[in-house]
Amino acid sequence: MRSIQEIVARRRRQDRWFAVLGVFCTSIGIITLIALLANLLIDGLGHLDWQFLTSFASRRASSAGVLAAVVGSLLVMLVTACVAAPLGIAAGVWLEEYAPKNRVATILEVNIANLAGVPSVIYGLMALSVFVYAFGFGHSILTAALTLAVLILPIVIVATREALRTIPRTIREASYALGATKWETVWHHLLPYSLGGIATGVIIGLSRAIGETAPLVTIGALAFIAFLPDPPVTGEFPFVSFSWLGSDFTVLPIQMFNWVSRPDPAFHHNAAATGVLLIAITLGMNAIAIFVRYRMRKAIQW
Amino acid sequence: MVTHCTLADAQDSAPSRPITNLLRRATPTMTPHEVGADPVTDQIPAIADIKVQLRNFGFAYGSNQVLKDLNVAFENKKVTALIGPSGCGKTTLLRSFNRMHDLYPGNRYTGEILLLPDRINLVAPDVSPTEMRMRLSMVFQKPNPFPKSIFENVAFGLRMRGVRDKARIREKVEQSLRDAALWDETKDRLHKPAYDLSGGQQQRLCIARALAVDPEIVLFDEPTSALDPTATLRIEELIDSLRNRVTIIIVTHNMQQAQRIADWTGFLYLGSMVEFDRTEKVFTNPGNKLTEQYITGRFG
Repeated sequence: MRSIQEIVARRRRQDRWFAVLGVFCTSIGIITLIALLANLLIDGLGHLDWQFLTSFASRRASSAGVLAAVVGSLLVMLVTACVAAPLGIAAGVWLEEYAPKNRVATILEVNIANLAGVPSVIYGLMALSVFVYAFGFGHSILTAALTLAVLILPIVIVATREALRTIPRTIREASYALGATKWETVWHHLLPYSLGGIATGVIIGLSRAIGETAPLVTIGALAFIAFLPDPPVTGEFPFVSFSWLGSDFTVLPIQMFNWVSRPDPAFHHNAAATGVLLIAITLGMNAIAIFVRYRMRKAIQW
Repeated sequence: MVTHCTLADAQDSAPSRPITNLLRRATPTMTPHEVGADPVTDQIPAIADIKVQLRNFGFAYGSNQVLKDLNVAFENKKVTALIGPSGCGKTTLLRSFNRMHDLYPGNRYTGEILLLPDRINLVAPDVSPTEMRMRLSMVFQKPNPFPKSIFENVAFGLRMRGVRDKARIREKVEQSLRDAALWDETKDRLHKPAYDLSGGQQQRLCIARALAVDPEIVLFDEPTSALDPTATLRIEELIDSLRNRVTIIIVTHNMQQAQRIADWTGFLYLGSMVEFDRTEKVFTNPGNKLTEQYITGRFG
């Protein structure tokens, strides 16, 4: 018969072993991430200068830049946000506040959850047949933005619903008891109080969309663009122009993919620099999302 | 005048039986009403000036019949308290007046709740819940101000009624806050968040919000159950000051509170109105054994 001390010591050794194993497993993920970032930074940071940001793509790696891709990504994101936010918020509000709680609503809910899991290249195929061919939008900024908007729609819908669900029932009842209709309750109370959560969802969705490559390759985005779209502001009446929506475009991940696939290693440095830029933008957007959520939580505590 | 219901009679015949036995026997299949008591309206003193009258009113959630055959009247510009043990249906009854149940599926109203003088049936399917909520205000169990400014909380009901005139809204907000005894504490910070107020102040803000729309009836759903004794006292004084100005129906689990503020008291048990009478009568000389047992704290 072993003493109690021995038994305890043996079981504590087990405990320590698992602690060590856990640290090891966790560090694999973290070390990989750090290595990836470090590699990218070493390769790319030296090339990331003003000249790189303000030049078009070029046949010579040293004079090539990401101007068209940066402008393309920004414009596509702008339109994506303008399309996905109203559609997603409206759908989320309808599902959460208006939809009858029956079988049809359940089927709709399950399908929206599934939609978030559909591989993005499938969205590209859908966009190719609908937006490019059926609607005749071509491989334009508009097509790209619509495709990405559909892609992130489930994220916006789910974020909207979750934000609405955190609002206590008593707040809705207070509004209805004062004679507000459903729409007045949504407009004056539910939307303002859930704006932080909704904005977080939209930003998270956009940070996913900005890195998407596959669906945009599918709709035929070009990799070599040496011009900017028409400016949205013009000198003549009516001073705003939407012709840029129909313009050819490229975006950062496509530009990066194009450079990576070239044999000349000088271009690989350009790709790394683009990667640094892309990661910086994504992390920046996520930081904004976290900040918005933090401010929101501080402002309203139910 | 008052006919005892059979359940109480059973208790009469076996006075030594513990109350737990009585409760076990008092299953929903054998409610005071169903075993043959007369509709309670026949028993109470006549109310001359009726504001709202229940006629065979019943309410069910799905297949669960929560309220049955209620026949009572509430006097105009007086305070009526609804008391009874948890689950007796007093809050369900209160929330029927402003059709709160319509917000959730599976509700079914039967009978009538007539709002006088125009004798409109509040719970008729063709009567809009929104319209009824414009005429009746509610103060909830837990203070539930909107996460907006103090001013906007009170102004919201006015905005819903299409009031656009800023001077008029300001005037009305001030008057409502005065009526709710909150003006002196808030006049210098009207545009500060309502959440900065204490719990008792928040509840008085909710009362101001309810009064701002000139309601015909104010419904109070256990308005002090989340408050400390000092804040409770202030709310009770406030309700007292509203007597003779607006009809008040208040649900309370606190019998002393009902005694302190109510002109009329109704005792609900298992979804039936067991007793409805002047407050002093209910608490000093109840006409029903069940009422007596409840107010003396023998169950509930």
